[in-house]
Amino acid sequence: MSTQETTTLAPAGTWRLDPVHSTVGFEIAYLAGTFKGEFREVESTLEIADDGANLSGTARVASVDVKDENLATHLQSPDFFDAERHPELRFAAERIALDGEMVSVDGEITIRGVTKPVTVSGTATPALSDPYGNERVGFALGATVDRTDFGIDWNLPLPTGGPALADEVTIVAELQFVKAD
Amino acid sequence: MTILGISGSLRRDSHNTRALRAAADYLGDGVALEVWDGLKAIPPYDEDDDGPAAPAAVVELRSAIAGADAVLFATPEYNASIPGQLKNALDWVSRPLATNELRNKPVAVIGASTGMFGAVWSQAELRKVLKTIGARVVEDGVAVTSAPSRFDEQGKLVDEELCAQLEAVLGHLVGEARTRAEDQAVIAA
Repeated sequence: MSTQETTTLAPAGTWRLDPVHSTVGFEIAYLAGTFKGEFREVESTLEIADDGANLSGTARVASVDVKDENLATHLQSPDFFDAERHPELRFAAERIALDGEMVSVDGEITIRGVTKPVTVSGTATPALSDPYGNERVGFALGATVDRTDFGIDWNLPLPTGGPALADEVTIVAELQFVKAD
Repeated sequence: MTILGISGSLRRDSHNTRALRAAADYLGDGVALEVWDGLKAIPPYDEDDDGPAAPAAVVELRSAIAGADAVLFATPEYNASIPGQLKNALDWVSRPLATNELRNKPVAVIGASTGMFGAVWSQAELRKVLKTIGARVVEDGVAVTSAPSRFDEQGKLVDEELCAQLEAVLGHLVGEARTRAEDQAVIAA
């Protein structure tokens, strides 16, 4: 992100996450459709400076939210995210490229203790004043990774052949930040 | 450090129980094997009987697992799968799923058979069940084939290749248990 582009998006400063109006989750092809889950406990910080912007965040694995309690328990086990040994997912990026309201972020994502480079892309909603006196900026981001690169190998064979669960998973994040100062 | 040993066979002269006891020779200093022998007393799973008044044999099994740093299973193969009695015991242990005693517990699976395959299908099934329960499953196993010829009169495993495999599996199991103990010590501090 160049200085001009950064400051066009939002003023320099520290921006804190509005967790109520933000969502971090995943989408993955499973059986005949797309299965979606969410992490209810997320933290993120956006630092905008004159020379660029940094975006970082974490999601607590133990807060994974799906529509079945036993499935949530399974997702936290060593068979999937291994919440005991790797309690957080992490993301960090120090350079954000903007093309108008399109965002492309080269960063690093850590899942199950494995860190890999990742390109996150999506859109940004430039800073606006909300009805409560805050300056607010938003991002709708997504990144596709191969879960097996992070040691998440669970699968079941379909009777007709092929796996029940895809390897590619899309991490999705709808983030709203409020200017902290 | 304590490794709980659970044999899936009830038979007095079980090859799997023998393999389990043979494992004690490969655990190293400071690691003890405790073989649990209460499998026959576990009643058929019935959710109506579970809870605070769970059967005494089930309470004993849950307590034994909770008190161990890791669990080593030795399973025969009945009709290409896990013996019903062992699966039934794991069904008891698995409830409630989110807090069951096997959750995050390091476990390993070995197996023995009189034939040429060493219960490999049953071992794979057992690993699948243990992963679903939430255990921390060591991926490698030992397939003791032609079991009657693999032990001496003292019950020692005499096949060098199988001895090496058993030593490797137990090394991984103890390593997982030590890592978990270290992680928990850090959290406690």
